Amino acid sequence: MASILRSKSVLLILYIQLCLSLLAPALAISSGSGDGYAINGQVKIEGVGAKGFGLPGKLSDVKVMLNGGQSITFLRPDGYFSFYNVSAGTHLIEAAAIGYFFSPVRVDVSARFPGKVQAALTENRRGLSELVLEPLKDEQYYEIREPFSIMSVVKSPMGLMVGFMLVVMFLMPKLVENMDPEEMRRAQEEMRQQGVPSLANFLPGAQR
Amino acid sequence: MAIRVFLISLLFLSTTITTFSLYEDQVGLMDWHQQYIGKVKDAVFHTQKTGRKRVVVSTEENVIASLDLRHGEIFWRHVLGSNDAIDRIDIALGKYVITLSSEGSILRAWNLPDGQMVWESFLKGPNHSKSLLLVPTSLKVDKDNVIIVFGKGGLHAVSSIHGEILWQKDFAAESFEVQHVIQPLGSDIIYVVGFVGSSQFNVYQMNAKNGELLKHESAALSGGFSGEVSLVSSNTLVMLDSTGSTLITVNFHNGEINFQKTDISDLIKESLGMATILPSKLAGMFALKTTTFMIFIRVTDEGKLEVVDKINHVTAVSDALSFSEGQQAFALVEHYNNDIYLTVKLGQEWNSDLLKESIKLDDQRGLVHKVFINNYIRTDRSHGFRALIVMEDHSLLLLQQGEIVWCREDGLASVIDATTSELPVEKEGVSVAKVEENLFEWLKGHILKIKGTLMLASPEEVVNIQAMRLKSSEKSKMTRDHNGFRKLLIVLTKSGKVFALHTGDGRIVWSLLLNSLRKSETCENPTGLNLYQWRVPHHHAMDENPSVLVVGRCRSNSDAPGVLSFVDTYTGKELGSSSLVHSVVQVILLPFTDSNEQRLHLLIDAKQRAHLYPKNPEAVGIFQREFSNIYWYSVEADDGIIKGHVLKDNCIGEVSDEYCFETKEIWSIVFPLESEKIITTVTRKLNEVVHTQAKVIADQDVMYKYISKNLLFVVTVAPKATGGIGSATPEESWLVAYLIDSVTGRILHRMTHHGSHGPVHAVFSENWVVYHYFNLRAHRYEMSVIEIFDQSRADNKDVWKLVLGKHNLTSPISSYSRLEVITKSQSYFFTHSVKAIAVTSTAKGITSKQLLIGTVGDQVLALDKRFLDPRRSINPTQAEKEEGMIPLTDSLPIIPQSYVTHSLKVEGLRGIVTVPAKLESTALVFVYGVDLFFTRLAPSRTYDSLTEDFSYALLLMTIVALVVAIFVTWILSEKKELRDKWR
Repeated sequence: MASILRSKSVLLILYIQLCLSLLAPALAISSGSGDGYAINGQVKIEGVGAKGFGLPGKLSDVKVMLNGGQSITFLRPDGYFSFYNVSAGTHLIEAAAIGYFFSPVRVDVSARFPGKVQAALTENRRGLSELVLEPLKDEQYYEIREPFSIMSVVKSPMGLMVGFMLVVMFLMPKLVENMDPEEMRRAQEEMRQQGVPSLANFLPGAQR
Repeated sequence: MAIRVFLISLLFLSTTITTFSLYEDQVGLMDWHQQYIGKVKDAVFHTQKTGRKRVVVSTEENVIASLDLRHGEIFWRHVLGSNDAIDRIDIALGKYVITLSSEGSILRAWNLPDGQMVWESFLKGPNHSKSLLLVPTSLKVDKDNVIIVFGKGGLHAVSSIHGEILWQKDFAAESFEVQHVIQPLGSDIIYVVGFVGSSQFNVYQMNAKNGELLKHESAALSGGFSGEVSLVSSNTLVMLDSTGSTLITVNFHNGEINFQKTDISDLIKESLGMATILPSKLAGMFALKTTTFMIFIRVTDEGKLEVVDKINHVTAVSDALSFSEGQQAFALVEHYNNDIYLTVKLGQEWNSDLLKESIKLDDQRGLVHKVFINNYIRTDRSHGFRALIVMEDHSLLLLQQGEIVWCREDGLASVIDATTSELPVEKEGVSVAKVEENLFEWLKGHILKIKGTLMLASPEEVVNIQAMRLKSSEKSKMTRDHNGFRKLLIVLTKSGKVFALHTGDGRIVWSLLLNSLRKSETCENPTGLNLYQWRVPHHHAMDENPSVLVVGRCRSNSDAPGVLSFVDTYTGKELGSSSLVHSVVQVILLPFTDSNEQRLHLLIDAKQRAHLYPKNPEAVGIFQREFSNIYWYSVEADDGIIKGHVLKDNCIGEVSDEYCFETKEIWSIVFPLESEKIITTVTRKLNEVVHTQAKVIADQDVMYKYISKNLLFVVTVAPKATGGIGSATPEESWLVAYLIDSVTGRILHRMTHHGSHGPVHAVFSENWVVYHYFNLRAHRYEMSVIEIFDQSRADNKDVWKLVLGKHNLTSPISSYSRLEVITKSQSYFFTHSVKAIAVTSTAKGITSKQLLIGTVGDQVLALDKRFLDPRRSINPTQAEKEEGMIPLTDSLPIIPQSYVTHSLKVEGLRGIVTVPAKLESTALVFVYGVDLFFTRLAPSRTYDSLTEDFSYALLLMTIVALVVAIFVTWILSEKKELRDKWR
């Protein structure tokens, strides 16, 4: 159930991102000299620290990885990070934070225009105008216990059994009452011929 | 009837959605998590201010951590990248931890209280050099404290507030190799001393405020130098010459450089053998270490050397610590048997010991490798000292007032290999179980639990429930259980120590520092390689103990002599060890045991000879019988060759005995080096159990899995693309996957992924292999699955054939028989980088499988194998849907609830080990890295046992209520009947 809801919100995000990607051509955040370039970017997480569920939710625990762990860096207090001495070419940046799902980012460092960096999310191919990583969604690692409600008891197999019994016990006599008296009599006679199925018959020792 | 159908379908529905899923209050019930840091390289104390006293350490696992000095707990910790080794640490401004890493190219500042990174700066430079970090307390430029860093061949001054580089001076052009950067106390001048080549001594005098070069002097040093260069005072250096027999004292003062040579033999009359200078910084003196003793030599103001003392058994010396006005102290540690003596000496006066303590240590810790000291002021205003010592087994201990205040087992941060061992069988009278609590208590506990599940419990009751569940003594008992959840995890660590951990709560049951894996004269750099189950008693389970085999080698190269050691897993004692004459390249477990239930192992050495263990005649007898059925392969990744081998006959030559066998090559596959390079080879786990060969597919059809223990999965990539992402273009990278029969060398399947490259992580199980690689064209990671089916059995579907016995199901399976296999494969996108992949294994192999993926974020994701089924299609037919096939999607789902590690991280994740429990539905999972994590998994839910939080009391109460209801209704109906009869 939860996953359906989540996928809906993802769709919404996708839609917004699509709109954004049409507006902004991907462009440029970098500086560099010599043979290596630097990639600078930012990780933005809304409401860090305000989250519950025992999540650390600390900026200091966020790691940013280049090319599957070739180099790892951490965030400054303002959320910025940098990779130094990166060669020209296409790279992959991943952010890891407990409680959030980040899409990896494809980063092209141009050799022709030194220092020009293009970025795009690989999960949904959305271009980024600035190298700002935002979580696509929150990750909830635990199932949430449904608060106690009558419905959950009723829906459980035991509840259904009880419900069925109640139906038989209270609704059936009502149905019988609403029946045509003649038909009723006929039915009763039929039953009498077969013998009354009484609950007592099932119990041992009741058949005397 | 209808209701029953409905109920069954409801139950069925609830079981089909199998994710791992855990409630938050179930954390810690069946999992445990332990955090470590690794062997400490350097430590800086921070105890000046009142409040939290801490020590900041950097370790060989590239961890920077702040530890509580009172209890040894971790305040915060960061694991840096694997190629980002920390060179130096220090504390600046009293609030920032400064780390210099990656050979002096990255300087970071961390906030001391919470570990938040404050700034980071990258120091550019052309060449490698020694990296030095100097944090002067008094040096200020515009009210900003300056950090002086030497790294990458240049000297940099960095602001300690923002991390900006204030000035820098390159020494690269002069091929200058720095030895020390000295800032005399209170002055603005920095001296940079070092060598050009090994004979020209240079001193640069610089202005610390602006980096201006004030003076440069150099002098030629005849004879060169070797080893450490010790800084004795701010203008005196001591080193050994290149022959190692003469001490050279260098004094540089006011532009003059004086050399003074002293023969060691003039100082000490006896011969020393090879001597080295210790890198410790001691005030006014230095320490010379030989194989047997340590000599402390003082350098007088005139530059003369005089021997102060000669001490045997010294193993570690700390740096000098200045603790009050002009007084400096240092610690040295001596070993006598199991005791260690910690002595703190005043730098100026040798004979006055500030402190002398003897501490009794547990004998499994080995020698002291490092010592760091810190002072505090006692209540009577005298100076006290505490010492942090790093032991041979990588553990970290804090000593204060002659006692061990705390101890951290940080050897567990570097697990090399892990295996399991069963616990002892519960015997009469030896039971360690507590007496079960009485019925009332039991019922009370269960009523609490019901309240909890119905969410009616008050907060304190919730706390009670949680405590009750966690402390359950059942899981940490020292005996075997019915479900096979309780086992011993045997782990081998880098330090050569073997630990046994209890799977219930992760406590250390025993630990053993293997003598055979310790440094000795014959074996100078021993490393552990693998752990194997040497003996698993079944017939004599009551009175025989299981044991494990530890295989190691003396040096890191593969032709170094090997070391074997046998360890009893119940007692934790070494049963025996042997240093081998031959090397160990490969260990092959044979599926035979001798009458002592010792498993036969075949060790292949670098000369391709096979050596049989255990060395007893019976083993040879068993072995000879199976002589012609033993095949193995070897992979020479550098040459791109895979070879198959068989045994030939007994060895001839110098090492010949009846347990040594010559081998011969029977096949080889040569990959063209210019286009393919082997990067990964994977086989099936030897002990994996496959329940059935047949796979029933949707339309009542049967496919036969091709199950062979001899299948080898090999991945090669284009040589240009071995550098990982960013190193190649899609056109010049490709990845080829092979399935090879390792008996015949036949290639069963070959598949090319264009525009893809490594790193490749793969796992092989039953008849399928799953591998993870990078697709450059899509610029995403991909996972592929290959399943291999046996076609030669495909026509066994006719019932009549089966009845009449005209099938070939009983014909023996041979690698040499005619082969008809078909393979199916499919690829999917996967979001994350991967560090390790494993697959769950269960006792009988009936339970469906889950892939365990260690992601780059150090979490472990459980992914159902059904997501990696090559028969998935976009629109599955009705029959396929009933079979439980998932419609095809282009990427694999990442469901947060199916993270096995839930909200925890296994920092520095390196490996995942799965072990079957006795209960078919359950597999045990052990994840290791810098941290350790253990949990139980039920890939198809626990269908064969009640869950832990099953409420027996609720069941009991329901039954009671039902019985009461039956009697009440019976009485009522009797009465009604009676009334009817009277009417």
